[in-house]
Amino acid sequence: MHSILGPKILYLFYNTLKIDVMKILVCISHVPDTTSKINFVDNDTKFDINGVQFVINPNDEFGLTRAMWFKEKQDATVDIVIVGGKDTEPTIRKCLAIGADSAYRVDTEPLDGFQVAKELAKVAKDGEYDLVIAGRESIDYNGGMVPGMLAKLIGANFINTCVSLDIEGETATAVREMDGGKETIKTSLPLVIGGQKGLVEESDLRIPNMRGIMMARKKPLNVIEPLSSETHTEAKSFRKPESKGEVTLIDVDNLDKLIDLLHNEAKAI
Amino acid sequence: MSVLVYTESENGKLKKAAYEVASYAKGIADLMGTTVTAVTVNAENVKELSQYGVDKVLKVSIDKLSKFNADAYAEVITQAAKKEDSKVVIISQTANAKYMAPLLAVNLEAGYVSNAMKLPTLDDGFNVERTAFTNKAFSITSITTDVKVLGLSSNSYGLKENESSLTQEEFSPELTDENFGITVESVDKNKDKVSIADAEVVVSAGRGMKGPENWGMIEELAGVLNAATACSKPVSDMGWRPHGEHVGQTGKPVATNLYIAIGISGAIQHLAGISASKNKVVINTDPEAPFFKAADYGIVGDAFEVVPQLIEKLKEFKANNS
Repeated sequence: MHSILGPKILYLFYNTLKIDVMKILVCISHVPDTTSKINFVDNDTKFDINGVQFVINPNDEFGLTRAMWFKEKQDATVDIVIVGGKDTEPTIRKCLAIGADSAYRVDTEPLDGFQVAKELAKVAKDGEYDLVIAGRESIDYNGGMVPGMLAKLIGANFINTCVSLDIEGETATAVREMDGGKETIKTSLPLVIGGQKGLVEESDLRIPNMRGIMMARKKPLNVIEPLSSETHTEAKSFRKPESKGEVTLIDVDNLDKLIDLLHNEAKAI
Repeated sequence: MSVLVYTESENGKLKKAAYEVASYAKGIADLMGTTVTAVTVNAENVKELSQYGVDKVLKVSIDKLSKFNADAYAEVITQAAKKEDSKVVIISQTANAKYMAPLLAVNLEAGYVSNAMKLPTLDDGFNVERTAFTNKAFSITSITTDVKVLGLSSNSYGLKENESSLTQEEFSPELTDENFGITVESVDKNKDKVSIADAEVVVSAGRGMKGPENWGMIEELAGVLNAATACSKPVSDMGWRPHGEHVGQTGKPVATNLYIAIGISGAIQHLAGISASKNKVVINTDPEAPFFKAADYGIVGDAFEVVPQLIEKLKEFKANNS
């Protein structure tokens, strides 16, 4: 009897597990560190990567860290995806060292938000993810469009500027930051969020330890071919802001002067 | 073919951002030789749009839209754009507009440019200047699709008066349950305080304030100037102030008329985030603080002495000038 029922029970158990486990995909951008000097080359058509340190986009890192919480507390699986060339692999390995289970790299240069969203949508759809976490914007091009486009392309619910996220079964409760306040939202999976600081605190961010780094080497990094190179926009050229004039220093004992300048010169008060 | 502009309202009143995007839409319509159609949701004072060059307004009045819902609002604007056969759709860059824009762009199969700063040029395609790298650079971006969505950075184009004869039309878009996959349960908005996005003046403070208990004078200064309060990253990381006040590259960008930085040294990420502000004042004890290189007006001095005096002087000034 044991030998007959055993596999069936195991199978049922496995199926229950499959339903319960939430599949999370975290979308990562590989961006210049926030302290980078911004310069352009090739007649101001390309960002100068010379001497620039690349990091996980900060908004994405808050999301990845929240995903780790779901992995550790709710047994979720966490995969990451990046759209980019081989040069992004150190960033991918860092995500794996932080604790993601496996990674996808869509092997093409990111050209515009729509193209990236379309590639991500394919990965999200094929992997049947319940929750897709992206950053509200990348700190380089600041397009702020990939998470929303991705959500619309896969027909998932979408919450932008998400600062808190909890999931119970199929139901998500989130807090969205808006101008001058916050709102609490209820929605259902599948869900895409544009995340930012608040999902976790700065102090919750993780620095990969040696064990994580060693394990990351063995985790799968799947390189996949892009769908297409169709874009909707093209960044043709760049320029830096004009350097501004000298500061006007005002003596501590002469605050009337400041008020006068702000009123008459700046017309700001 | 007219340029479509989404003019936002709150509690039935059009926002300042609505008049700025209307002004911008009029600028584009003039370049293209066409008219401006605005779409409003549950707004009452739509007549005021005639001062900013709007020719026609599509008035949407739907109770279910009383709370902002990105997908449903995107659907309203999509249907308005199709009805008007608009090739250019203008929105603002408020948090709500940024939330909705990518959904709208997918609906319309449109290329979307966020953070636009200027009118586009049309002589060689459709090119528009936008900010990138958190205001550390500008990018000329070309939109190559037939329909285009442009998000205008706040306080970049300004209000331009342009009298027009406005026609009003009721508009009833079709919405389905699918547009309401998200339910707003509660809204927590500080009604007594100006938001950073809406503020003409922002008073911001940093570690130089030494502790959260010293923010009283910052709040008071903000009160006198009808300003929003903001803070630097370390201050928000230490929990002295809420995250919503954090200004900079990973926080909020500020494009205000007057930005007053108190006890903030001026890290590169902070300066980037506020660089679109028109006038910057720094108050800091350290004359070598990087902020002095980015500021228009500077006071080398102790905030604990300067700020209370400044509050008194400004109160006097306000009393004499109101």
